Amino acid sequence: MATNPVRKTAVWLLFGGIGMFCFALFVLPPLYDVFCEITGLGGKTSGPYTQEQGAQQNGAQQNGTEQRPVDLERVVKVQFVATNNGAMPWEFKPLVQEVKVHPGQAQKVAFYARNATRRDMVAQAIPSVTPISAAKFLHKTECFCFNNQPLKAGESADFPLVFFIDAELPRTVNTITLSYTLFDITKQGTEQKAEQSTGKNTEQDAPPLAAVL
Amino acid sequence: MAHGPAKGIGRWLFATNHKDIGTMYLWFSFAMFLLGGFFAMVIRAELFEPGMQIIKPEFFNQMTTMHGLIMVFGAIMPAFVGLANWLIPMQIGAPDMALPRMNNLSFWILPFGFALLASTLFMEGGAPNFGWTFYAPLSTTYAPPTVNFFIFGIHIIGASSIMGSINIVSTILNLRAPGMTLMKMPLFAWTWLITAFLLIAVMPVLAGAVTMMLMDINFGTSFFNAAGGGDPVLFQHVFWFFGHPEVYIIIIPAFGVISAIIPTFSRKPLFGYSSMVYATSAIAILSFVVWAHHMFTVGMPLAGELYFMYATLLIAVPTGVKVFNWISTMFRGAITYETPMLFAIAFVILFTLGGFTGLMLAIAPADIQYHDSYFVVAHFHYVMVAGAVFSMTAAVYYWLPKWCGRMYNEALGKTQFWISFIGFNVTFFPQHFLGLAGMPRRYADYSLQFTDWNMVSSVGAFIYGASQLLFLYNVISTIRSGEKTDDPKVWEGAEGLEWTLPTPAPFHTFSTPPDVK
Ligand code: HEM
Ligand SMILES: [Cu+2]
Repeated sequence: MATNPVRKTAVWLLFGGIGMFCFALFVLPPLYDVFCEITGLGGKTSGPYTQEQGAQQNGAQQNGTEQRPVDLERVVKVQFVATNNGAMPWEFKPLVQEVKVHPGQAQKVAFYARNATRRDMVAQAIPSVTPISAAKFLHKTECFCFNNQPLKAGESADFPLVFFIDAELPRTVNTITLSYTLFDITKQGTEQKAEQSTGKNTEQDAPPLAAVL
Repeated sequence: MAHGPAKGIGRWLFATNHKDIGTMYLWFSFAMFLLGGFFAMVIRAELFEPGMQIIKPEFFNQMTTMHGLIMVFGAIMPAFVGLANWLIPMQIGAPDMALPRMNNLSFWILPFGFALLASTLFMEGGAPNFGWTFYAPLSTTYAPPTVNFFIFGIHIIGASSIMGSINIVSTILNLRAPGMTLMKMPLFAWTWLITAFLLIAVMPVLAGAVTMMLMDINFGTSFFNAAGGGDPVLFQHVFWFFGHPEVYIIIIPAFGVISAIIPTFSRKPLFGYSSMVYATSAIAILSFVVWAHHMFTVGMPLAGELYFMYATLLIAVPTGVKVFNWISTMFRGAITYETPMLFAIAFVILFTLGGFTGLMLAIAPADIQYHDSYFVVAHFHYVMVAGAVFSMTAAVYYWLPKWCGRMYNEALGKTQFWISFIGFNVTFFPQHFLGLAGMPRRYADYSLQFTDWNMVSSVGAFIYGASQLLFLYNVISTIRSGEKTDDPKVWEGAEGLEWTLPTPAPFHTFSTPPDVK
């Protein structure tokens, strides 16, 4: 019968098991996200780029109001890819296939999207960068992917994207492919994804950019 | 304590005796083995020729999924739990398992778990069709509606396994006879102790994975859904964090069985007992840090590929130690080749072969070529069938006389061995060639150049399948009408407490603990 030492062992093991369950459910997913965010693995770009982030990164150049140095010596080719996920029926494509930019130089491009169906729909674009080692050097100050994008039946739009390449981009990378996959999230409604677009949108860091554009 | 088993069905429904529960586990797992085996026959019959012959591609996918799930969770795992129930108390001098009523519960929820899983075959939408690894989004966004039954089935099966493991650890840590120190325990008890810890650590992770799926499917979360900020690759990480330790859960008790049988029939003590214990522990610990060798093609950075490659290759070292010890035990032994020994020797050879193909797959740049090909199928059947299943068969032939006081028919046993051995190799060896030539796994059809080896493989599979029916016949006829024996030792070379008990083993054993020198 369950004598005391037996019960003690069993209870310890049970708690161990419950602990592992909580670990899998509550620790692993956030840990994975943080890990990918820090290392830039997974090819995900992060949320809106802000001044503070920039100041932190180039700590040496203290005050963030400074213009970013533009490396005129270097040219990086950025290619754009647009894909529809699953049965997403929208027409979706980049307006330019590729641009050549100097690191530090802000660049505005747009993606064309058209909801050719007869119902109002909501879409969410998910970015991915190749090579993955370039993901954390591609900064976006404005992106249609920060929010979900509703389009009424038959409506079309040019989705804007403003980005620049970090001057720290490893020398070995000369071409970056930025791909967007468009998901149909009409069913999940609009509240989804709110948490991902945490930054208070793009207004604050607009000035230096506006100057460049 | 003098009373015997209760009469009628109540004996089984309310069983708390470790031997009765062990028996139920063994029969249940054999039933699942036949069911999973039947699905395998359907798969091989369809693959006998290119083109679609007898089933539809959708159903083919259900067959591969159910075959894998039932064999892993229904056949192999419960079989070893059954063996643990029967043997561990007798090997460490305990009167029973530490938690007999939980033991009853952990067995009796199993049939319900598998009933849930198998019932999906008859439901609208069909059984799960996303493979035994159930990668999201196949198992979430694109899953058949029956996926919820699958999820609850896995929850129940997982709970059963965790309870079984808690019981085994509690028994081994608390109920050893006086003088039975840990380092005197037979290796089977040791390997199960380690396996039980692995199970308690990773079955909850599996439960977590299916719970996240459940929430993604039914409650609009986005753990694995990229549109909502999740990531399907996360699923693969969580799954293989469970999955790789799981493959060692399947093989480590087999190491224990083989380490009991080889010394008996070599009439020499096991070579390097303590190094066996350490090697097994090392394998168990390493198994937690190599999971992404199943994911070399997801787009990992170079550093990740290199780390997982070298960490995986490292596992070959303790595995090599074990193989070396088994061979050294046989070296210059007075070997006889009874059926259990034949299976044990086949285990050593074929498991090692499976280990070698594992090493080939562990080389990241090579794996990008072999991944998801029939080569992988060949690899894991060498370690799981010629490893786990052969060792189970060996264990039944080895301990059955002790359990029921009757000897099996040696000629029939050897016949079964040779048919199994040949059938197995004819089935799976050609799959190496198919994989290297580029045949992908999990497809209902294939291009013409793969026809010949597929035909050979299917013929082998039918032979191997038939040999399992012969095994069933052998076991039943032994229990019914095998030649009686009351020799406590059964095998003259056998050592250990279970062989000091009368044959057949009485209903209650070691009610007073034995004295271990
Ligand atoms: C030296 C030992 C071993 C090494 C180095 C090894 C390595 C590997 C690698 C790299 C893969 C992934 C192949 C791919 O998907 O491309 C794999 C797959 C697999 N291995 Fe092993 N392995 C070893 C032993 C074992 C053992 C002992 C078992 C189980 C008893 C096992 C069961 C499996 C299974 C089930 C898969 C396939 C999983 C799936 O995708 O369905 N392996 N192994
Ligand atoms: Cu593995």
